[in-house]
Amino acid sequence: MNRNLILTGRVSLLLFVFLGFILTGCNRGTKSEGVGSGDFEATGSLDAETQEQLNTAKRIFYSLPSPLETAMLIKNAGAEYNEGLMNPTENSSQYITSKSKALNLGIYSTDLSYASLFDQAQATLNYIEAAKEMADGLNILDAINEETIQRLEDHINNRDVIIDIISETLMNSSSFLKENGLEATASVILVGGWVEGLYIATNLVKENELEGKLVERIVDQKLSLDIMVNLLEESPDDEDAMAILEDVKVLKTIFDKITIEQGEVTAVEDPETNVTTLKSESSIEITQKVFNELKSKVIEIRTSYIS
Amino acid sequence: MTKKGILLLSLFACMLTLPMAMNAQCKQFAKNTCKAGLDPYQHDGNYHAALLIEGEEAELYKTFYSDRNYRIGVCGASNLSPIEFKVVDTRNGKVLYDNSLKDFDWKWDFKLESSQQLKIMVKVPVPNENVIEPEEGCVAIMFGSLDD
Repeated sequence: MNRNLILTGRVSLLLFVFLGFILTGCNRGTKSEGVGSGDFEATGSLDAETQEQLNTAKRIFYSLPSPLETAMLIKNAGAEYNEGLMNPTENSSQYITSKSKALNLGIYSTDLSYASLFDQAQATLNYIEAAKEMADGLNILDAINEETIQRLEDHINNRDVIIDIISETLMNSSSFLKENGLEATASVILVGGWVEGLYIATNLVKENELEGKLVERIVDQKLSLDIMVNLLEESPDDEDAMAILEDVKVLKTIFDKITIEQGEVTAVEDPETNVTTLKSESSIEITQKVFNELKSKVIEIRTSYIS
Repeated sequence: MTKKGILLLSLFACMLTLPMAMNAQCKQFAKNTCKAGLDPYQHDGNYHAALLIEGEEAELYKTFYSDRNYRIGVCGASNLSPIEFKVVDTRNGKVLYDNSLKDFDWKWDFKLESSQQLKIMVKVPVPNENVIEPEEGCVAIMFGSLDD
């Protein structure tokens, strides 16, 4: 009996040692050394061959505009607010599959960002609830929790705080998915948000008025298409990502009909502000026919995502 | 359960939870250190961070838009040497910014006259060629923007 107790005690001690290792071993170097040099570190031992392989290996990241950036680009282009272009929050209950939840998390996140940038308090609250429903459905733990919603309600008239909360929820979702090996879902969410932005933007362009910053922003999306294709192609075994890739490729064939001429880029730094300007000349060419084709295809794809 | 069984189970639990704990801390690092340093630029919500080992390189492709002010932040854990990064025009490989010429500044502020797809090339330097145990730490690449 006593011997068993001693053994149990030793085993408990060992367990504590391991737990201690987990908790403290990953938490060394808590001293922050300022921005750009942080407080997380870990060490490991590698043989020379592995180190040599690492020296030649490269991690590749493809960065798409986030739902927040997409909405910012629309607002910055001087576009107006049109609630009728957003996916009604009442639709949220009809998204059952993980694909539709992921796509509509992106779509609702863009709508949420769009509403908040135009100071639409009630719409902002409605869309954060819809986005939460999608995130919960995808088991993205604590990306948007009750505390997030409470903070949003408390600061509903402070746009800067709201934007910061949205940015944080997007980062929480993205980091959770990537850390849990669900990169494909993270990609599908981003594409959903991007398509919603394109849908809103193309529908805000006035009939037969193919000029101005909003049109320029739509055309600029051509520059992100190969990034999007590469991002989705990183998940060849994911059925949802591959299905979305087909839609992106269809859009790419239309964007290929748009011409963007770009001159050489020269970097010029302002010594007073330390801000560099990337100077270059560019011109775009898009016909009404191609724009109409793009708009129709975007409507078709977006309708299939929200239905 | 036997003592050996509990030990094995503990080891297994440790192996499972260690990478998760490290990743979770990478997120905290990105959030607390890198994102916070973007201010007054607004972080776009994207998350690009990974555990990198000395000598390892990474590349990130992104489109940046005209008439917006951007801040790129490349942050490395304190056990790593200052992270090297270059910003390159994807069309011709022209280097537009190299932080090794700026005392390895962790951030770069810029704006564009026309929208461009750029590549950010990141490298964790190896401080000593004869290193036996290379350091590993979190490296985050983050973006903030402001209206012009």
